[in-house]
Amino acid sequence: MTDEAVLSVADLTVTIGTRRGAARAVAGVDWSVRAGQTLALVGESGSGKSMSVLAATGLAPRAARVTGDVRLLGTDLATLSAARRRRMRGRHVGFVFQDPMTSLNPVLTVGRQIGEASEAHLGLTRRAARARAIEMLELVGIPSAAERVDAYPHQLSGGMRQRAVIAMALVCEPDLLIADEPTTALDVTTQAQIVELVADLQRRLGTAVVWISHDLGVVAGLADTVAVMYGGRIVEQGAVDAVFAEPAHPYTAALLAARPDPDANVTELVTIPGTPPSPLELPEGCAFWPRCSVRGDSRCERELPPLVPVAAGHQVRTFYPRQPTGEDR
Amino acid sequence: MSGNGDSTSRRALVALGRDPLAVTGGVVLVLLVVAGLAGSWLAPAGINEVDVDRMLQPPSWAHPFGTDELGRDVLSRVLVAARVSLQVGAVSVGIALLAGVTLGLFAGYYQGWLDNVLMRCMDVLFAFPVLLLAVAIVAVLGPGLRTAMVAIGVVYTPIFARVTRAGVLSVREQVFVRAAVATGASDLRIMRRHVLPNIAAPLIVQTSLSLAFAILSEAALSFLGLGVQPPEPAWGRMLYDGRGFVTDAWWLGFFPGAAIFLTVLAFNLVGDALRDVLDPRQLTVSEARRNAG
Repeated sequence: MTDEAVLSVADLTVTIGTRRGAARAVAGVDWSVRAGQTLALVGESGSGKSMSVLAATGLAPRAARVTGDVRLLGTDLATLSAARRRRMRGRHVGFVFQDPMTSLNPVLTVGRQIGEASEAHLGLTRRAARARAIEMLELVGIPSAAERVDAYPHQLSGGMRQRAVIAMALVCEPDLLIADEPTTALDVTTQAQIVELVADLQRRLGTAVVWISHDLGVVAGLADTVAVMYGGRIVEQGAVDAVFAEPAHPYTAALLAARPDPDANVTELVTIPGTPPSPLELPEGCAFWPRCSVRGDSRCERELPPLVPVAAGHQVRTFYPRQPTGEDR
Repeated sequence: MSGNGDSTSRRALVALGRDPLAVTGGVVLVLLVVAGLAGSWLAPAGINEVDVDRMLQPPSWAHPFGTDELGRDVLSRVLVAARVSLQVGAVSVGIALLAGVTLGLFAGYYQGWLDNVLMRCMDVLFAFPVLLLAVAIVAVLGPGLRTAMVAIGVVYTPIFARVTRAGVLSVREQVFVRAAVATGASDLRIMRRHVLPNIAAPLIVQTSLSLAFAILSEAALSFLGLGVQPPEPAWGRMLYDGRGFVTDAWWLGFFPGAAIFLTVLAFNLVGDALRDVLDPRQLTVSEARRNAG
């Protein structure tokens, strides 16, 4: 399975030196994503989901120390020179960031920005890159692409900008698309369109997708596998149906329970009491223990639970996995 | 630049055309450039045609700006001196722009020790009064037009370095720069394609303002006898020569002084107007404001 993985990460740890000491943003994470598959990384802010992806692709901030084994298309990225790594990332990985308002350069036309990577990595001429940009704008469903190619970002709506960003990410036909909360800044109907667009493009191009999100609704409709992160570690991972149908970790269960139900007539939303731990002082034992509703015994406080299988391809990091009830949705 | 940049520059030009102050400044600059290019051709008399019978004559039809203490035609000398001023402005600001932008770009983009070293050097240059530093450089290199240009260029480099660095610092944190890093663009490419265009507006404004100050500095250096050497005409030098005759022959100092004043004013007017219209984001705002009002 690891052989055919587009991107695989093993024992990835990211430590960021700060004035108040070393912050362990990611603490030993393993995941991989295969061609045509979507891996969703789910977690609260600061859970390490974005950082693990940035570190894996060599985009971690300079202050970060990254260890672990990262393989992109079977190549160990650590063995490459900085320039080779940069070229490999540019050619094979596309990125979509959270906010389409700021992820486009305001003084360049969208056509130039989309075409730029193809000039650099595919060796296209300026003219060919422009034609390619029009093609990409059509692919992502922007009407009258031949005119919009000369538009500046401020002349497009938020949804169209995110489409343009996706076009930019896919212009070199990457093997992997990394989407870092790409729908968070958009309104709900636009969100649905963007999710649909990415799913459609993935089917057509066979791209592997890593989708970073805290929106469980989006993840349920889109991902094949899901990894739930908490305090820099994966606390539960598996096929998205299995994890959502029978969450084994109390945190996953609490996250799913906290989803607002549009049909129910509720006045108060369900929350998880407390706040996530600071990466500066991760607890010795289970990071979720202080907020856990199960709260086993002092063993949870002292000892880190290992990631153990509860079913085929479904692993969880807790001493007290929830028993499948079949009613947890 | 890019094929699409045309529409932006065209829109900026249209917006400039609606600003009466900018048009005034622009017209003066055009006249100045014409004088600079064709001054010796337009001049009614040779710049060094000495005529002792016609010394210190007030403005008349024959000599609209009067004559100086050697009977030379002041109008001709003012016209020809425009070339010197323009040349000094263009070359010295060109030096400052090239050096300052390069230093500021690298300092702001890479930060760390490089930033510290470069910007502290700029601070040292900045700490000297402009003219004092220019005089010191000319003193080392020897007086003359060429060293005056180098000196003024060096003196204005820190301003461009600072303006550039400040812009780079804010732009480099933008998501689109991170996105460009993610797409595998090289540092130089990111600086050229993503950072520089985003800080072009303040740089262009700074350039037009610096042109004004560079011309003033050259006038000051020439006034002190450290710039253009006689008998070549230069506005600052003519001002210096005329100062002894202020009470008897006001036209000796007035016309070169007026030329300096008008030139500096024109560059400032154009610079201010450019600031308002250059940014594509601000362009729509200023257009909207104009349409509304």
